[in-house]
Amino acid sequence: MRNSTMLETKASLGSVSSDLPVVVLKPSRGWSALNLKDLWRYRELIYFLVWRDIKVRYKQAVLGIGWAILQPVVTMIIFTVIFGNLAGLSSDGKPYPLFSVSAIIPWTLFAGGLSRASMSLVGNSNLLTKVYFPRLVIPLSAVVAGLVDFGISFLVMLVMMFYYGYPITWNFFWLIPLTLLTITAALAVGLWLAALNVQYRDVSHMIPFLMTVWQYASPVVYSTRTIPEKWRLIYGLNPMVGVIQGFRWVILGGTPPDQLIFVSIAVVLALLVGGLYYFRRMEKTFADMV
Amino acid sequence: MSDLAIQVENLGKQYRLGQQGTVAYDTLRDVLTNAVVAPIRRLRGQAVGEQRASNNKIWALRGMNFEVHQGQVLGVIGRNGAGKSTLLKVLSRVTEPTEGQAVIRGRVGSLLEVGTGFHPELTGRENIFLNGAILGMKRSEIERKFGEIVEFSEVTQFIDTPVKRYSSGMYLRLAFAVAAHLEPEILVVDEVLAVGDAEFQRKCLGKMSDVAQQGRTVLFVSHNMSAILRLTEETLVIEKGRLALRAPTPRAVDYYLASGFSRQGERIWEADEIPAEAAPFCPHGLRVMNRQGQVIDTVRSTEPIIFEVEYSLNAPLSGLRVGIYLMSMRGEYIFTSFDTDQPEQYERYGVRPAGRYISRCTIPADLLNEGRFVIGMNASSFRVRRYFQDEQALGFNVDAAGAPGMQWPEPRLGPIRPRLEWQIEAIEP
Repeated sequence: MRNSTMLETKASLGSVSSDLPVVVLKPSRGWSALNLKDLWRYRELIYFLVWRDIKVRYKQAVLGIGWAILQPVVTMIIFTVIFGNLAGLSSDGKPYPLFSVSAIIPWTLFAGGLSRASMSLVGNSNLLTKVYFPRLVIPLSAVVAGLVDFGISFLVMLVMMFYYGYPITWNFFWLIPLTLLTITAALAVGLWLAALNVQYRDVSHMIPFLMTVWQYASPVVYSTRTIPEKWRLIYGLNPMVGVIQGFRWVILGGTPPDQLIFVSIAVVLALLVGGLYYFRRMEKTFADMV
Repeated sequence: MSDLAIQVENLGKQYRLGQQGTVAYDTLRDVLTNAVVAPIRRLRGQAVGEQRASNNKIWALRGMNFEVHQGQVLGVIGRNGAGKSTLLKVLSRVTEPTEGQAVIRGRVGSLLEVGTGFHPELTGRENIFLNGAILGMKRSEIERKFGEIVEFSEVTQFIDTPVKRYSSGMYLRLAFAVAAHLEPEILVVDEVLAVGDAEFQRKCLGKMSDVAQQGRTVLFVSHNMSAILRLTEETLVIEKGRLALRAPTPRAVDYYLASGFSRQGERIWEADEIPAEAAPFCPHGLRVMNRQGQVIDTVRSTEPIIFEVEYSLNAPLSGLRVGIYLMSMRGEYIFTSFDTDQPEQYERYGVRPAGRYISRCTIPADLLNEGRFVIGMNASSFRVRRYFQDEQALGFNVDAAGAPGMQWPEPRLGPIRPRLEWQIEAIEP
């Protein structure tokens, strides 16, 4: 069929080599491998999508990045007035504003990341139906984009710590794994909801409600100590329990998180692995369904 | 074989009806009610098939087999809904095939739509980086080509302006500029040239042929026959999800323009070719006829030609105009004309009642040059809605026997060959 001249031309062009990547496109059945290598190849896209999210979020807002300061501060004031002063919830003897802000900051990172990730596939449907890239890039960058706001509100908290006379200790290094756990938890749940949202738009309506419920199921406005001992293990299944306990310990001192943190980590890992495989399984239908 | 860039074997893609293009997602409620209702129905002995029928599945693509050699530029043509876009989506990994397989050697860059991922709030500069990354370029690669991209796009002055302030032309130029600087081994292009002004289209075509000459494989889908003819040597014709023909481009284009007609000189629209959006307009047929009213494929340029559009309206329509485009085989428009162009017709048919109609027009004798022409059809209400359009509905030939200038056996340039009154005056003896 092919004549030798054609082979020669190709050889002289030098562009045809056997090391070209070969992709076989065929229907996949059931569960497929995660293909994280492909994700790594597209790491720059994650960077650009995060950068786009941040840039666009503040571009036409008069207050711009000021929102990242205003939000935790206003929430903190409301919580302090209502739960600290009026309801008189215990803050383990710590100043209530700092007590609440040390939970609001990781909570906002988690809740924001989770909501953005859940809506991300539907919000980027124009990309899904036009270009190939590992779909995981989208929820991942949605979660990571929350880190900038987190950093800014963290500075606000440092100012408050200074004001209340709480020192910065070596324990601060623990915030790195704790923050990592927070965004992993947001991603783990976000993957499930993002994939489900493509098929069932009910998820979009459910998310604000879910986040409110979840917030009260986490020790944001109250202390873990108020939970009776016998419920502690079940309570610890909520990964944000361990995270917030950890943040409070680092910032306010007191008792370090107990074994509950291991329950939190185990839950997050289980949700993440399950979420990744579920996402991969549903991935092939995204472009057709979204 | 290692010099094959794309190898497609028995490729098929099935869609659930209503899923493609439209928003037909299930709500959780549907799933829940279904879970409750279905068993009850079954108990009552009602056909579950009723439910199935609404969930009809269609094959957008079926039994595709073809190979593309490395460095080949292959055209893909077919009518709307024939499955071209589905094919490109499968090959560019946007969607997974339902059966069969495709083996791709090399990175695929797909240009299914220029400006994918452009964000209106971001500046031109920012969008170049974002769009480049989305299309799979490395950051260093974008930085290296940045100047070239900006220059190609001709928006240098506005590069730091948010693209929402761009004119649509500037926007498209920038978008194409980024896409044109992709360097994948296989480039998949869909209809990008259908946009922009003529000058920029020419530039894009130039860039495309550069790409082809660099030995890269290109799959090029277009409705622009002149672009297909110019850029590709071989073309696939897709009909109803199947590969109808693979042939050298001129033959493929001819086949495409001649296909789908129930007889020569006539185009009949089948029910499944008429999109739901066309309602209440329903096209039936388009015919080319001679003076005697015979439907023919070859008309004489020295005789008047009659074009006839038959259609029905299922409801009265106001402001409807039904018209034709005449095009050369190269894809250049020669004219557009509507049945209510004349003011008196426009007044009289302000509202057209429901019923079956024929709109007929006559092309005067001694107008067209010899060769093959294409007629398109359009039914719309100006600034309200386009009910139906088929830009390449029917092809026909014009025979120039007896036309002016036939004493010289030479091809005459241009699509028309009017018989003009010439005066020759001797002004100096």
